[in-house]
Amino acid sequence: MPELIAKTALEGRAALTLATTTLAEADPGPVTSVALFPGQGKAAAKALKPLGLTFPAPNRLVEKDGLRLVWTGREQAFLIGGPAPDLAGIAAVTDQSGGWATLRLTGPAGAEALARLVPLDLSEATFPVGHAARAPLGHMQAVLMRPAAEVIEVMVFRSMARTAWHEVEVALRALAARAALT
Amino acid sequence: MRLTCPLCGPRDRREFYYYGSEDYLNRPGPDAGIDAWDDHLHLRDNPAGVTRDLWYHETGCAQWLRVTRNTVSHEILATELVAERKKGPAA
Repeated sequence: MPELIAKTALEGRAALTLATTTLAEADPGPVTSVALFPGQGKAAAKALKPLGLTFPAPNRLVEKDGLRLVWTGREQAFLIGGPAPDLAGIAAVTDQSGGWATLRLTGPAGAEALARLVPLDLSEATFPVGHAARAPLGHMQAVLMRPAAEVIEVMVFRSMARTAWHEVEVALRALAARAALT
Repeated sequence: MRLTCPLCGPRDRREFYYYGSEDYLNRPGPDAGIDAWDDHLHLRDNPAGVTRDLWYHETGCAQWLRVTRNTVSHEILATELVAERKKGPAA
């Protein structure tokens, strides 16, 4: 096998700070889809216990030592940041690394920047730390995550990385322009 | 119009794809006869009132929903996951 150079979807793109909020690409490391086989909830809980993780409830994420499990659908979650444990017979495990691009918004205006793009209230009050959602970003199927206060992460299909970046950048520019007027 | 996805919560109608009547869930057996298949594929009720149809949560959790709604008042009466429904037509 030739050694291929792994690159993120937006490799080399500099972070952008506008309206006191920074838009940057995040490199989440390995991404693995874990889709439970019917009735395997308990077995999955047992298999995930050594990692300090539980299978997340809908619209939630759990995190431990840099390893994150985020709900992405019915009885499905993405394990992000490390290799998957052996889940043979418990779940369909597929490698999604490189298939997704991750944008990270850090700062107070993250929710406001996404307000026109995502038809959900992403403010801290209704989308607090530990919450996640499947929702559209424009017309792109996205995974939204709030891993920490003032941080929102958006995962989109890799092929849509530049479109997603553009949409969020335009929103941030509008917010910055509006702030400059006052 | 908003639909409450049992998993994702209340969402805008534009997140969903409309498929059609819940009749599609009740497929006749392979030897049910031509009339049963004709009915399954082509014949639909057009009620003024409560109806059930299938919606796909396309830009959300990618689940099929069975939505009970009223075509007169536009009220959404119930939403449930097709994957977790009780088999057979709803009462």
